[in-house]
Amino acid sequence: MPLLELREVGARYGQVVALRGVSLTVDEGDFVAVLGANGAGKTTTLRAISGTVKTSGDVLLDGDPVFRRRPERMAKLGVAHVPEGRGTFTTLSVLDNLRLGAWVQQGARGRDLARVFELFPVLYERRDQRAGTLSGGQQQMLALGRAMMARPRLLLLDEPSLGLAPLVTREMFDALRQLNEQGTAIVVVEQNATLALEAARHAYLLETGSVVLQGEASVLRTNDDVRRSYLGY
Amino acid sequence: MRRRLYLLAAAAVVLVVLPLVLSEFRTLQLATVGAYFIAIVGLDVLVGHSGQVSLGHGGLMAVGGYTTAILMAHHGVLDLWTIPLAALVAGGIGVLFGVPALRLTGLFLALATFGIAVVLPTLLKHFGHFTGGSTGITLFGSPEQSGHGVGYLGMTNDTWLYALTWTIGIALFLLAWWLLSSRFGRALRAARDSEPAAAASGINRSAYRVAAFGISAAYAGVAGALYAINVAYVSPDTYSIQLSLLLLVGAVVGGYGSIWAALGGALLIEYLPDVVSSKQAGPATFFYGAAIIAAVFAVHIVRKVSAR
Amino acid sequence: MANLLQQIVSGLASGGIYGSLALALVLIYRATGVINFAQGELATLSAFICASLVGHGWSFWAAFAATVALSFAGGMGLHTVLIRPLARGPLLGIVILTIGLLIAVNGLDTWLWGGAVRQFQGPFSTSPIRVGGVAFSKQDLGVIAVSLVAVALMGLLLSRTKLGLGLRAAAANPDESRLAGVPVDGMYALGWGLAAALGAVAGVLAAPSLLLEPNMMQTVLLYAFAAALVGAMTSPLGAVLGGLGLGVLLNLLGTYVHWIGGDLRLAAALALILGLLLVRRRA
Repeated sequence: MPLLELREVGARYGQVVALRGVSLTVDEGDFVAVLGANGAGKTTTLRAISGTVKTSGDVLLDGDPVFRRRPERMAKLGVAHVPEGRGTFTTLSVLDNLRLGAWVQQGARGRDLARVFELFPVLYERRDQRAGTLSGGQQQMLALGRAMMARPRLLLLDEPSLGLAPLVTREMFDALRQLNEQGTAIVVVEQNATLALEAARHAYLLETGSVVLQGEASVLRTNDDVRRSYLGY
Repeated sequence: MRRRLYLLAAAAVVLVVLPLVLSEFRTLQLATVGAYFIAIVGLDVLVGHSGQVSLGHGGLMAVGGYTTAILMAHHGVLDLWTIPLAALVAGGIGVLFGVPALRLTGLFLALATFGIAVVLPTLLKHFGHFTGGSTGITLFGSPEQSGHGVGYLGMTNDTWLYALTWTIGIALFLLAWWLLSSRFGRALRAARDSEPAAAASGINRSAYRVAAFGISAAYAGVAGALYAINVAYVSPDTYSIQLSLLLLVGAVVGGYGSIWAALGGALLIEYLPDVVSSKQAGPATFFYGAAIIAAVFAVHIVRKVSAR
Repeated sequence: MANLLQQIVSGLASGGIYGSLALALVLIYRATGVINFAQGELATLSAFICASLVGHGWSFWAAFAATVALSFAGGMGLHTVLIRPLARGPLLGIVILTIGLLIAVNGLDTWLWGGAVRQFQGPFSTSPIRVGGVAFSKQDLGVIAVSLVAVALMGLLLSRTKLGLGLRAAAANPDESRLAGVPVDGMYALGWGLAAALGAVAGVLAAPSLLLEPNMMQTVLLYAFAAALVGAMTSPLGAVLGGLGLGVLLNLLGTYVHWIGGDLRLAAALALILGLLLVRRRA
């Protein structure tokens, strides 16, 4: 039974239809990339999963349809959503940001904090500073660390590489790979298709709100259309 | 447009007929309603069309009222002349306040005007030699000063006051209507809605916002003057935060720019105390406040329903 | 010199009350973006409730604790019933609502307890205590102690506990907080509850010296607004320090500058409010 399943999910913003009949599957420990151009519906797909936007169709977690999804509830069920722009609490300290991530875990455990600091030493150095003083890359690490504190079963990431230097992006994807090996399923939405397809096992390609291509990442990487439109060669 | 004119004509007819069928007492009450009506119409310019808030227009009415009272009681001025003077004084204060008010956004402007409204009665009481202190000023002035229309067309004092107030009221309403539908009104609303767009059209946003304060203050000044003339008395406690609040409620309820809302609000201010004051002061005040809370919810519900 | 010290301590006592109420105002503003014009009247209501319990034979501290707890619950209820439904409406609606609430609570106090001024027997005797040769009022010292304890507890709650973290997060970024699993509306209600509790402390501390009557906290509210504005309406520390400073300043002015009576102190507070509003940096 897959961890997460979307069946014919639709979503709209007012009169504008963002998703039409999107179906996708994420297994336990899977690593899925969702690709597509601007406005294709990638962000909306993540929002549909975390319950930030109202949807038609079914979203099933562990085979159970979750009705009236609200973000607070999905967080309790083990879904961590890192939105575009990272959502850092700029007025709180780095440490408070991380503690906040552990809200659904009844509070931060020392071991979880240690894990995050091990992965991202710079966060330990700046743990008492206001999170707003961190650079873009560091805030992305903080966002990831915050998500990790929740010990999620499913991690949703929206454009994690946005605005980051290539080196930092690589470091981040390495961290994601580590997390995935430890058992967290990951769904990453990316415009940087190359990086995403390298890291992921499965991929979905969205165009104007519908899935037009899906399969194993390695297969999509060699697909001619994908190469031309999204990989640039 | 035509429908509006017909409604206005109908209202005018009703206004003329009312004093003929109602008692003296009621006529005088309706005259006071007219004063509140003027204040609400002016406040609507500020709140509805210029997008600023004021919890202090009761205080501006006080300015008008005290100007009239002091001029009449201490200086023997004719009551009619005090009206434009009250408008000038109050309007001037409005403009003076409007300039620093440009720096204040919604909540903080509300806080500033709230503070002024709460402290004003205390200040009025303090400077007693000027304002008559807690006891206020009675202005039964000499016969030369007031009651000019008495005797014409068989008008009594109350009927004269009614005619005076409502004639000015209708005139000021038409003036506001004309102003708000003209270029001025459009510029005012543009300044309210979108700063960049207004700037791009060459509109000096600040000037319009200050003008709105001045105009609404002048209207409140006239209202205060007429109120003082009507009841022949001013005192600090008349111009309480409750009055300011009810003026605001009157301007807000029923949407902006509606003559009926202004009328309804004015009637509310005059008659709500009557409805609740048959009981003692405590429950009366409580229901007063509860009615306002209920009104806010009612408006909210109506807006939600009609937005569907 | 001794007189100066006494006046300073006395001013600090008043300032503790202003600071507590100011902290309540800041809490609500930071959490829900509302300026609660009714905060003073709610504090008065709490003081009346405490007086009633004492009148029924409760010991003061038991009555105080119960009042704070009731006020906390009341504040949470108030948010849930009156404020939350209007959250997405226009600003003007909530402004009018809180003023309507001000009027309604004031009327409720008069209705239930009458408008007459009454004595309130506080927990501290008014007898003097000598410290370093200077006589201070036990009541003043007691008020300072209680208000500082209340404020300190609030500070600890906000900075060290999970609930406090949730409240701060919900205030800063509600959408992101929801994604982290924080029940944002519950946090807002918590903020209102805490503010009401602080108001209760302020009201009960003020009653012995201001004398209990429905309009008791009207001027204190204005002073509290001035103090809150010292903290730009967002800084708890600024609000508390502002309150203490204002209390001392007003007391010294009243003692040493003879033409400034009660009325003008109020006007001075208003001038301070307007001045602070004008120099406020746009957030």
